[in-house]
Amino acid sequence: MSAVRTLAFRRFLHEVGPVDAVGVEERVAKYGTRSIKRQAKVFGLKLAASMVDLTTLEGKDTPGKVAALCAKALRPDDRDDGGMSCPPVAAVCVYPSMVAAARRALGPRSPVRIASVATAFPSGQAPLATRLAEVRAAVGAGADEIDMVINRGAFLSGEFTRVGDEISAVRDACGQAALKVILETSELETYDAIRAASFIALRRLRPGDFIKTSTGKTSSNATLGNNQVMLDAIRDHYLASGVAIGMKPAGGIRTAKQALTFLIAVKETLGDAWLTNTRYRFGASSLLNDLLRQLEKERTGAYQAPYRFSEATESY
Amino acid sequence: MPSAPARSVRRRRTPTAPELIFGNLWEFDPSPETADPKLKAQYDLLIDGRFVPARRGARFTSINPANEKALAEVALADESDVADAYAAAARAFPRWSRLPGSERGKYLFRLARLLQDRAREFAVAETLDGGKPIRESRDFDVPMAAAHFFYHAGWADKLTYAFPGARHVQPLGVVGQIIPWNFPLLMLAWKLAPALATGNTVVLKPAETTSLTALKFAEILQEAELPPGVVNIVTGAGATGAAVVAHPQAAKIAFTGSTEVGRHIMRATAGTGKRLTLELGGKAANILFDDAPLDQAIEGVINGIFFNQGHVCCAGSRLLVQEGIADEVVARLTLRLRSLRVGDPLDKNTDVGAINSGEQLARIKRLVAAGVREGATLYQPPCALPRKGFYFPPTLFTGVQQSHRIAREEIFGPVLSILTFRTVDEAIEKANNTAYGLSAGVWTDKGSRILKLSTELKAGVVWANTYNKFDPASPFGGYKESGFGREGGRHGLADYVTLS
Repeated sequence: MSAVRTLAFRRFLHEVGPVDAVGVEERVAKYGTRSIKRQAKVFGLKLAASMVDLTTLEGKDTPGKVAALCAKALRPDDRDDGGMSCPPVAAVCVYPSMVAAARRALGPRSPVRIASVATAFPSGQAPLATRLAEVRAAVGAGADEIDMVINRGAFLSGEFTRVGDEISAVRDACGQAALKVILETSELETYDAIRAASFIALRRLRPGDFIKTSTGKTSSNATLGNNQVMLDAIRDHYLASGVAIGMKPAGGIRTAKQALTFLIAVKETLGDAWLTNTRYRFGASSLLNDLLRQLEKERTGAYQAPYRFSEATESY
Repeated sequence: MPSAPARSVRRRRTPTAPELIFGNLWEFDPSPETADPKLKAQYDLLIDGRFVPARRGARFTSINPANEKALAEVALADESDVADAYAAAARAFPRWSRLPGSERGKYLFRLARLLQDRAREFAVAETLDGGKPIRESRDFDVPMAAAHFFYHAGWADKLTYAFPGARHVQPLGVVGQIIPWNFPLLMLAWKLAPALATGNTVVLKPAETTSLTALKFAEILQEAELPPGVVNIVTGAGATGAAVVAHPQAAKIAFTGSTEVGRHIMRATAGTGKRLTLELGGKAANILFDDAPLDQAIEGVINGIFFNQGHVCCAGSRLLVQEGIADEVVARLTLRLRSLRVGDPLDKNTDVGAINSGEQLARIKRLVAAGVREGATLYQPPCALPRKGFYFPPTLFTGVQQSHRIAREEIFGPVLSILTFRTVDEAIEKANNTAYGLSAGVWTDKGSRILKLSTELKAGVVWANTYNKFDPASPFGGYKESGFGREGGRHGLADYVTLS
């Protein structure tokens, strides 16, 4: 199998081009040296908050926990009267069984969208029919967005067409719902593989869909490096086809500083048109309160204690 | 009024084709580095451990190229001051050279640590005086300068191990050193550290547009209690440099600068018995093959030419790109250029700062005009340059031919000439078809090709899938009109000793 895999991979890599790991790391290190102050910082912090997919993905999730999450998503800053200090987040992200609860909590016409992981998240190791049924169930229960996982087993054994066909099947099952394709970068291991997987997904997606780094369930999650490789792929695909796909790094982004650095990568790679929550998201939960904390610091000049901000999530 | 060259925007795609917008939706607020550079209004010469004015009392003004404002008055040394400096260095030599290596090493360690202690202050001073972005002086120049002192401090007591087979490693005596304006503090470190580690004493002349960090370093020499006369610093322009070269007491001249001045120095030292090392100009080829990792190669090409506004002797000023990907590469380069930030060097977000002097700016404009005249196509991204100060936008030339002046002469500015090639042999031939031979870059995914080119390219340094990487342990220097002698590593030490 490995010979087949190597050949298929090499052929595909030749088509989309390789990635130099040292060069990528060097490039992204420069984003960290950008210095964002005053108005630019406030703008960046609010933008980041508006891009958060506030997430809870645990076996112990309950409708009550999801309701608390939804309330936080609608009004991140509990002392905020008119929604001036912090906008609502982009979406809540839950398991399919919690979608109905989220819909009840948010109401039918909410500014906050409901994203549901599906397709036997996080492993994806279920028959395709089962995965598709899960997608349909989540959409039926009211999900606006579906976060699917790719079939890493198929990818690593060189069955790229199968990986792509499964994405197409899930896309069709989504109907009107937007699709986010999780590559699970830590299981692909190399930047070359991440670039290849990005293109497999990009070529199957519709405008308004996303590619996403990780499930948050493995040892390493979103990094500036894999974010950059995926942004580069999105740019190449857009310039070649005109189809604009969004990007969602997920897991491991816990601080406002990190989020701003990711946004600088977006600004300098894809430009202004991607600085919106219809094209860029953060899969995160504890990030939100750090953004609020930094916004409050910009407003008052002093850092507040963590307990001053309402807690409705746990780390992700 | 000299008119700016006409802008021609390369339109590769039709207007309906997808475009990326690098606009002002998220404009960064100014973020100036605020550390105090602790500059004095007046600087004197460092001779025999003391600051003394020039004998004739002459001074010149050092300005900030970013806004053309005066920074300080600097003493202008003439022959008599240079003679004083040599006399002091000669008096200091016997004791300094007989000091145990471990003791000399202690001084060098001390210099390195003191420089690190005052890193921010030196970074700001370097940026004010030379115009380079604070990001570079902070992250590259100052740390690298300290690294050179640390590295050579380690060699001071191990010199016999540096040269296996040699029984005696002897210093040369008094060394005259002349350094350029592109990396003022770093070049000072490249020169002083090996000379001091091997037991020589020094007369150093900084470039006239960038004397301030050397004079600030003189304060560190005093703070470190380096014995008087071991390092003497004389400031001034060409005449001062000529006096440093001509002085009979110089056992060696070490020069970094232009090939033109290098020729003068070579003539002046011929037949005098003075040893000589020259690190001169370059016209490096950055060779981009069609199998290269493109995004990283683009980043490397950008870094290779726009680092320090292209004021780099090893700048990758010629891009040789394989014909099949030429359009793609040019499109990506123009795209990348639009997110480069040009402006106030003190702003932490500035990528390309100010040109070092009005004179250099005029030279860049002259050569760019020649490029347009000779038929190459110019691209400059839309960018607002500050009204005061010396600035030049990042510039690409496509359709450059091997015979164009912009492909042959060193521009020493943010100007990239793009040429194409078809085969590996053609790339090698074009890369070597230059009077210079300082550095080259190779971008390919194929390891065997890297090995082949590293031996076929006549350049002192060949970088593979990276560019502008330096390390104190790695020797640096050129072929042909890029000079001779090496700096850094054991090879660099060898140029400051006699072996027996």
